[in-house]
Amino acid sequence: MIDIGLGHYLTLGAVIFSIGVIGIFLNRKNIIVILMSIELILLAVNINLVAFSIYLGDLAGQVFTLFILTVAAAEAAIGLAIIVVYFRNSGTIRVEEIDKLKG
Amino acid sequence: MIAHAIFFYTFSIIAVVSAIMVTASKNTVHSVFFLILDFISISCLFIMIGAEFLGMIMLIVYVGAVAVLFLFVVMMLNVAQQKNQWFAGQQSSKHIPVGLIISTLIFVEVIIVIGGWKYKPEIFDINNSIAQTSISNTHSLGQILYTDYIHVFQISGMILLVAMVGAIVLTFRQRSGVKRQSYIKQISRERAEGVEVLEVQSNKGVKIDD
Repeated sequence: MIDIGLGHYLTLGAVIFSIGVIGIFLNRKNIIVILMSIELILLAVNINLVAFSIYLGDLAGQVFTLFILTVAAAEAAIGLAIIVVYFRNSGTIRVEEIDKLKG
Repeated sequence: MIAHAIFFYTFSIIAVVSAIMVTASKNTVHSVFFLILDFISISCLFIMIGAEFLGMIMLIVYVGAVAVLFLFVVMMLNVAQQKNQWFAGQQSSKHIPVGLIISTLIFVEVIIVIGGWKYKPEIFDINNSIAQTSISNTHSLGQILYTDYIHVFQISGMILLVAMVGAIVLTFRQRSGVKRQSYIKQISRERAEGVEVLEVQSNKGVKIDD
């Protein structure tokens, strides 16, 4: 319990990942919170990669964390741009009202 | 070791609680602030574990750019006033058990994998830590980032460029009725279309139409 090891960091990553998944499912508000949940999931993956990288002594994990950070930033920018355009066109970003593809 | 445990539990409890608050908070602006708190505590964990470059990059990229971008969009779209009366609606009740079941399943699966690591500690050698080397984390990361991973690094730069172009193209809007300066029009004017010589008769004047 006192001796912090790899398992503690992996458990923290698992908890944050699960909270992100719960956030995607339970979200009834707007789609921005779903994007934030995706950021939480990517953060959990980053925790796992960094913990493995430190405890296994391989720097490749940290390099890939850097690339995940890049992709997460790009994804957030594109997603927020899409949300802005959708809000401008339809006037709402509530999850229940976005059903144009439903048919 | 005690200090390590204390800091780990402090930062991880802050991170988990703020992650819960991101998904459960009624106000979207509060969600963004809890996301920032989450990123800050996780980057403190990174710095504590020895990945100080990534911790600082997390602070710069996530807190400085991504979270502020979220904040701008939330305030620009005026969703902060949309309180969640529909959070406890009839439609949401059937999503909640499915979400809980799926996320619990994912959590159990990941914990099973971690248990495999815990029960066989001889799989990895903890003495092989890179923290024992004399050069710093940033130095060693730079040494392999610009040599072994240079192509991936440049591809990630291209991804950022494409994301920037895509975001600008998506949100660019040509407004009608706005007078703009057109350099091409100004430069390519000639004397023939700009100046006209008229015979002005007395007491008649010149009719100007534009």
